[in-house]
Amino acid sequence: MSVIFENVKRHFGDVKAVDDVSITVKEGEFFSMLGPSGSGKTTCLRLMAGFEQPTSGTIYINGEDATWLPPFKRNVNTVFQDYALFPHMTIEDNVGYGLMVKGVRRKDRAIRVKDALKLVDLAHVANRRPNQLSGGQQQRVALARALVNQPKVLLLDEPLGALDLKLREQMQGELKALQKQLGITFVFVTHDQGEALSMSDRIAVFNQGRIEQVSTPETLYESPKTRFVADFMGTANIIDNTLLPDLIDGPQVFALRPEKIRLNSDQGDMTLQGQVSEIFYQGAVTKIEIRLPNHRTVLVQPPYAFDRSSLGGQPVSISWDRADMVRLEEPAT
Amino acid sequence: MMPATAKNRAIASKSGALFNRPRLKLLLLLGLPAVWFLVIYIYPLLHLLSQSFYTFDDFTMTVVREFSLDNIRNLFSPANADIIIRTAAMALAVSVFSAIIAFPVAYYMTRHASGKMQAFLYISVILPMWTSYIVKAYSWTLILSQEGVAYWIIDALGLTGVLNAFLDIPSIGGNTLSTSNLGRFLVFTYIWLPFMILPIQAALQRLSESLLDASSDLGARPFQTFRHVILPLCIPGVIAGSIFTFSLTLGDYIIPQLVGPPGLFIGNMVYVQQGSIGNMPMAAAFTLVPILIIAVYLYFAKRAGAFDAL
Repeated sequence: MSVIFENVKRHFGDVKAVDDVSITVKEGEFFSMLGPSGSGKTTCLRLMAGFEQPTSGTIYINGEDATWLPPFKRNVNTVFQDYALFPHMTIEDNVGYGLMVKGVRRKDRAIRVKDALKLVDLAHVANRRPNQLSGGQQQRVALARALVNQPKVLLLDEPLGALDLKLREQMQGELKALQKQLGITFVFVTHDQGEALSMSDRIAVFNQGRIEQVSTPETLYESPKTRFVADFMGTANIIDNTLLPDLIDGPQVFALRPEKIRLNSDQGDMTLQGQVSEIFYQGAVTKIEIRLPNHRTVLVQPPYAFDRSSLGGQPVSISWDRADMVRLEEPAT
Repeated sequence: MMPATAKNRAIASKSGALFNRPRLKLLLLLGLPAVWFLVIYIYPLLHLLSQSFYTFDDFTMTVVREFSLDNIRNLFSPANADIIIRTAAMALAVSVFSAIIAFPVAYYMTRHASGKMQAFLYISVILPMWTSYIVKAYSWTLILSQEGVAYWIIDALGLTGVLNAFLDIPSIGGNTLSTSNLGRFLVFTYIWLPFMILPIQAALQRLSESLLDASSDLGARPFQTFRHVILPLCIPGVIAGSIFTFSLTLGDYIIPQLVGPPGLFIGNMVYVQQGSIGNMPMAAAFTLVPILIIAVYLYFAKRAGAFDAL
C-alpha cells in the first residue's frame, strides 16, 4: 500500500477542511482526488506531502507512519499547481535541486538530470530559465524535477489546470503513459471530472471535507452512490417522489443519466409526456430540456444526430428502463 | 440645440482623440513628471558634478571656470583618501550589520506574524522615522555618554569589563562609548535600520509559499531552503536596502559630529569645502564619490546575478 489515511482530520479553527477521511492508495495505481474547490482534496494532498499536519488521525506512506514526518523526510514528490519552479535557477538546476540537496555528486547529477529532461522531451532547454518557457514546458519541467528523485509516490496538484484545452488533453495522455511506463503511484488532484474519468484507475470524490465515494471511473459514473456524486460526475436527473409522485414511492431517490432516456419512443417501462422547453447544443452532443406537466424539468441526451429545428415547443414523450435508474443513498436527515 | 446623436458623436470624438493618439496620451501623462525630473533633479545634479572639473584659485579663493582634473586627483591625497575610507568602512559595517538584524525581523513579519502582529511590527518599524532625526541623534549622545543610560545598564549587568575590552580595540573603541566608532556605528545602525527592513520585507512578501514547499518537498532541510531559495530570492531586497543604508551613511554629516571620535566624514568634508572655504569644485568632487561607489556596487551585484530573479 502506498498511502493510507486513517480517520484523518484537518481543521483550521472552525473550518473542517478534511473531516474524517480514510483512504487507501494502492501501489502503482493512478489515484485521483476529485471535488469542487474547498472540498478538501488539496488539503489531503498537502497532508500526504507533509506541508500540513493532521489535527487527528494517522498517515502511512509506504507502510511507515509518516504523520509527523517533515516533507524533506518523505519519499514522495509533488508537482505544484503553479509549478513552483525556482525563478533564479536554470532548468537544469531546477531539476537537479532534489539531488543537489541530498548530496548527489555533480557528475551523477548531470546524467540523471539529462535523463529526466529527456523523459519529458525538454533536453534542449536545460540552460534556460523558467520564465523563458511556455506554461506547458514549465509543467513538464516541474514533472521532471519531481521524477528525477525517483519517488515512490508522485503527488500532482491540479497540474494541468493552467493549460489550455488542447494542451491539457495532450498532457493527460502523456501523464497516463508516463505513469504506466514508470509504474509509480500517482495521486492526482483535480476538479475536472472528465480529466479524472479519463486518467484514473480509481477516483475519490470529495465533498465538504469528506469522501463521498471511492471507486473506478466506470462505477462512479454508472452507479453513483450519492446525489452529489451523481451530479458531479457528468449530468444526472435526480428522480424522487416530488418529481414523479405516481411512480416513486416514499423516500427513495434515483439518478438517471440523460443519455438513458429515449425521445418519442415507446420502448422502456417508464414513460412520461412533456414539452421541449430548451435545447442545449454542445457540438458533439445535444441536451434537451423537457418540461413535465408539473413544471419540473428532465434533461435528455439523444445518442444520435437529429433534426433540432422541428423540436422547439413540441409535445414529446420520453421513456426509459427502470433498471437504468440508480438508487441513491440519501443522507439521514 | 444639437440632436442627441450629434452630441454623442462630439463626446465620442473628444474621448476618442486621446484613444487614437497614444503618443499624445503618453506626453500628457509623463510630460509634467519628466520636466520636473529634468529640471529639479537631473540638471542640477549634472551641473553640480560638472563643477568638480572647475578650478579653484587658492590665492583669490574664487572658482575659475577652467577645466582641470586637480580636484579628482586631490581626492586621492592621503588626507582625503582617509576621509573616504573612514566613511565607506562605516557605511559598509552599518549595511552588513543592518542586513543581519533586518532579515530575521522581516522574515518573522512576513512568514509568522498574524495580521494584527504584522501591522504592529510595521508601525514599530516606521514609527521611529516619524520623529526628528536630529532629536534622535542628540538623544543618543546622552544615552551613550559616560553616566548615561547605556553605562548604567552595562554596569548593572556587570558587563563593564566587557565594554572596556571592546573600547580598547583600536579603531573600534575610544575613551567612552559616545566618542568611539562603536557608538557611532550603533547610532547609524539604529537610524537606518528601517530602510533595510522594509525592502527585505517586500522581497520576502513576493516569495511564493509554494517555492518553500517545493524546496522542502525535494528534500531540502530548512537551512538548505534558506541558503538556496530564500536568500537568493531576497538578494534584490537586501541590495535595495543596502543602497539606502550605504548611501545615507555615506552622505550623513550630523551623526559624525555628534557621536564618535574626531575625523571628518565625506558629508562633513562637503560641508566644510562649500560652506567654510567656498571651494565648490572640491565639494562637488566629494559628492562624486558616493555616486561612483554605488554605481560600482550595482554593477557587480548585477554581474553576480543578484537581479536575475526580478
